[in-house]
Amino acid sequence: MTAWTEGPVKKTLAKFAEQKEDFRLTSGEPVHRLYTPVDLADQDYLEDLGFPGEYPFTRGVQPTMYRGRFWTMRQYAGFGSAEETNARFKYLREHGQTGLSVAFDLPTQIGYDSDHPLAEGEVGKVGVAIDTLADLETLFAGIPLDKVSTSMTINAPASTLLAMYQAVGRKQGVPSRALNGTVQNDILKEYAARGTYIFPPGPSMRLVTDIFAYCAREMPDWNTISISGYHIREAGATAVQEVAFTLANGIAYVQAAVEAGLEVDSFGPRLSFFFNSHLDFLEEVAKFRAARRLWARIMRGRFGAKNPRSWMLRFHTQTAGVTLTAQQPDNNIIRVAWQAMAAVLGGTQSLHTNSRDEALALPSEDSVRIALRTQQLIAHESGVAETIDPLAGSYYVETLTDRIEAEARHYIERIDAMGGAPAAIERGFIQSEIHDSAYRYQREIESGDRVIVGVNKFQVEEEGPRELLRVDPEVAERQRAKLARIKAARDGGAVDRALGALEGAARGRDNVMPHILEAVEAYATLGEINDILRKVFGEYHASTAL
Amino acid sequence: MAQEKIRVLVAKPGLDGHDRGAKVIARALRDAGMEVIYTGLRQTPEQIAEAALQEDVDVVGLSILSGAHRHLFPRVVEALRRKGLGDVLVIGGGIIPTEDVPELKRQGIAELFGPGTPTAKVVEFIRKMVGAERESGRDVEP
Repeated sequence: MTAWTEGPVKKTLAKFAEQKEDFRLTSGEPVHRLYTPVDLADQDYLEDLGFPGEYPFTRGVQPTMYRGRFWTMRQYAGFGSAEETNARFKYLREHGQTGLSVAFDLPTQIGYDSDHPLAEGEVGKVGVAIDTLADLETLFAGIPLDKVSTSMTINAPASTLLAMYQAVGRKQGVPSRALNGTVQNDILKEYAARGTYIFPPGPSMRLVTDIFAYCAREMPDWNTISISGYHIREAGATAVQEVAFTLANGIAYVQAAVEAGLEVDSFGPRLSFFFNSHLDFLEEVAKFRAARRLWARIMRGRFGAKNPRSWMLRFHTQTAGVTLTAQQPDNNIIRVAWQAMAAVLGGTQSLHTNSRDEALALPSEDSVRIALRTQQLIAHESGVAETIDPLAGSYYVETLTDRIEAEARHYIERIDAMGGAPAAIERGFIQSEIHDSAYRYQREIESGDRVIVGVNKFQVEEEGPRELLRVDPEVAERQRAKLARIKAARDGGAVDRALGALEGAARGRDNVMPHILEAVEAYATLGEINDILRKVFGEYHASTAL
Repeated sequence: MAQEKIRVLVAKPGLDGHDRGAKVIARALRDAGMEVIYTGLRQTPEQIAEAALQEDVDVVGLSILSGAHRHLFPRVVEALRRKGLGDVLVIGGGIIPTEDVPELKRQGIAELFGPGTPTAKVVEFIRKMVGAERESGRDVEP
């Protein structure tokens, strides 16, 4: 190695300088010129990598991975009314999408009905508006819930939407035990990065563990949480921070559930994760492998889980929305393609590919089809899915995997010392680490150290906007009219009784889920149900410190 | 003669919780020597105008990614006018389709900064606009 550095390398450098003095990953870590077996001297194959489907799952959670079945192709979709989103779901299914993923509008995400004053201007904008069970019935009309798996990106009011889904299943004649899907239900990342919280952390954690306990009994195949690094990364975190903060949140949920009296293996197998796939291709592949190994070690070592399914980190991936540029939007197709490839090489169970126009508006039908085709091209044409974890053994990828695991572990130790993730969030530690990274990234772009094609290099005069999706401004009015009709038609006494019982459960220790289900089936609104919880639990207000 | 620092209120109207852009801009403005106050999330136009009044700011910077800008940005301008703050410079950013820009400008948003805008451009714009007003005699410290 020294002979090589001192000989040929030195001679070449004398003639041609390298492009930069300093090569760095998005996380700021230096990238060396070359990686060799020396970098992996400490790695033990069986201990650190092992075989797919076996502890520590570095190489994947299933023994045959994509040779048996591809990842679920799950495009996140939702806008306007339940009718419009139902039509988009059917369009995506016709084009070969294999799972549904529901985007809710902001009023729904924050537990407000469409007629709430704060919902003005927001109804149906970033997702579908859901006020009552009737909307969810429309959303899944003609889509048999025993034949699809559905992911719902909903957090603060997750309990309400989960109950509505269960109720739609009942109306379709599908028993709860046969329902398959995921409710995001990850409230800690809302305080840390995404901002759609309602209640303070304490009662929010109680709602999370109520869902764990309820699903263990009633919906055994349902993923009760999707512990999400995605938003943490979008807010500016590095790859290492994404793994560290996500798993630290995961530890907090497991801890809370154990403290609530649940046995770790009763809910451990139903925990799932959600990661971002960013620009640094090889770092991203390594990140997924490192996260899987670290979680296996935490669940077995720290929590003493016995069931191998509790050790497995199963995850959904979305390509990085924040990396898409409004400039030269077609370039985004290419960015998304390699981000998706990184997710597949990292062993994801489910994938959403972003559309090229998302830095401008919600995706148009054409754009979302190209995004879905990107996944199908990787699956059927690239060949990378035909053997398991094909980058294993790369000196560089293994070095990165080891490094990300070690650094994430170091962060988790610091968070443990503060009293765990909720305490670290309350004192603003996680938010400020994320913010520092976001600012550094922006500075790198502005100084030109980090090239973003079309933004700070290779710019062109931009053409006018192409056809963008517009949410029909009438949606809000129609939604409010529908809500009024349902309120007029329902049995008000049944609503009051159910809401009263819910308030009692929320004030005491009973699981709130059966009461929410009863309220939902009486067509109580999302706003009414969450107002009860607001009354009992109070509301959270984040710090405005910069 | 030392001039008072330019004061900026960075605000997130509506329900959108994505504040990476708002916070990055806030920090860049502060690094450029301005006084920056952040409202936090989920502010109504009235709350933003009230904060602008209390904090006696020269500039209000709004950020929205949810598509509610056409509804909410003009309401902030109205609320500021009602409080006698019609002179405050209002700028906006976020996911704003180019075709919405002329209408928003007509309604009193001085400039809109889309994704990929260098923070230096925002700093320069604020300095130019606020500086010009100060030179014309308004708000100049004795």
